[in-house]
Amino acid sequence: MNPLRNHKSYLAAIGHRVSGIALALFLPFHFLLLGSALEGAQGLDRFLVYTDLTPVKVAEWGLVMMLSVHLFFGIRVLFLEFTRWPGHVNDLAGWVVPCSIAVLFVGTVFLIQVL
Amino acid sequence: MNKIQRETQELTVRIWRGKEDGKLVTYQVMSRENQTILDIITEIQRFHEPSLAYRFSCRVGVCGSCAMTVNGRPRWTCRTHVKKVSDEGILTIEPLRNLPRIKDLVCDLAPFIDTWQRAGAPFSGTKTRKDAPALVDPNSSTRRAAEAGLQCINCAVCYSACDVVNWNRNYIGPAGLNRAWTLVNDVRHSNRKQTFDQAFGKGGCGSCHSHGNCTRHCPIELNPSESIAGLKQIAFKGLPKDV
Amino acid sequence: MERTLFLAQRISAIILGPLVLVHLGLILFAVRNGLSGAEILSRTQGSISWSVFYGLFVLSITVHAPIGLRNILQEWTRVSQRTINIIALLFALIFLALGLRAVVAIV
Repeated sequence: MNPLRNHKSYLAAIGHRVSGIALALFLPFHFLLLGSALEGAQGLDRFLVYTDLTPVKVAEWGLVMMLSVHLFFGIRVLFLEFTRWPGHVNDLAGWVVPCSIAVLFVGTVFLIQVL
Repeated sequence: MNKIQRETQELTVRIWRGKEDGKLVTYQVMSRENQTILDIITEIQRFHEPSLAYRFSCRVGVCGSCAMTVNGRPRWTCRTHVKKVSDEGILTIEPLRNLPRIKDLVCDLAPFIDTWQRAGAPFSGTKTRKDAPALVDPNSSTRRAAEAGLQCINCAVCYSACDVVNWNRNYIGPAGLNRAWTLVNDVRHSNRKQTFDQAFGKGGCGSCHSHGNCTRHCPIELNPSESIAGLKQIAFKGLPKDV
Repeated sequence: MERTLFLAQRISAIILGPLVLVHLGLILFAVRNGLSGAEILSRTQGSISWSVFYGLFVLSITVHAPIGLRNILQEWTRVSQRTINIIALLFALIFLALGLRAVVAIV
């Protein structure tokens, strides 16, 4: 692998970016589904029956992971860009591990809840 | 390993020959106790390949002209020891990334130098030769901020290491933006606002994604990533006040 | 222009941070017995706070996501700046229209 890209901050940045693309492409469908509630609860249920299917559950889990990746690695970007405190060392890779743990935590809780 | 064995060991050095459509050519060079990448290239140029083109000047890490890509990373070759970077006796030496290649290890630095101008770099003073020199408090926050970004040797290592430059050649890049940061903090500079506007214009600091390759590779350990973050903060807080 | 977009994206990110946290928490809570239309609507219908919450959510996404896509297209494709701007604007319109429709539908 290109040594310029073989480090934690690069993985974090790519994770943030790819999850952002995934969310942007998914959101219009999410909104369309919710819009079906214009016809009341039955409108929603026409789509929600599919959420019992395992492939759909896996996809949902993926989306929850994408959302938490984008959230936690986004928080990391904001901290890197906008925080300074006395004695603060801008350790560019420092936030990657805690953020990944947070993502895994969310993903695990989701799995426990749906299974 | 005894001394004689060590001296007879050889390094395999693969060097980029030609322009964009060139190729790696392999040379065998004696491995010595103390040698830098630049020593190796000089040895190859003198004894194996007289037509090899490369740049260097001071050989002591001041002039910034000998930067090249060594085993995939941009480095100042005059201060990079072979022992530190060789991968089991193999060295791959190429010209800097993100710049047009001219010949062998030499690239055209013009696009890099231009970024300094695009970042709003020309200093413009407010005093004439009849005025007394400006008094700058070395402990003021602006001076300390500028101080941290000075001493850049213009080696283009950060520009070559930067992924965003690699993706988008309109991006000014770390060195130019670091220079803009020092100017924005220079109380003697009359165009601080204009410099900031340019540093935040098209291809400016807003494009930085904090991968940190600039800071990770800067041979004199400057922190362009931090300078760029400083510029971004100005968008919220306004130009730095002298405290 | 670039500076305005940068500011807009970071400010919308700061707004989205807590909103996404709450949304994630809600997802983790709501999926425990499977999803049903009646359950979702019982939570949101007639609630002013949820409509403000998701209204702000949609507006922030409308600002945040297209600017990010614009950056990505600039860096990862050779598409012209003009086309990129049009694509980003289209995404903004889609998010705004479908998003607000969804908010209206659930409250």
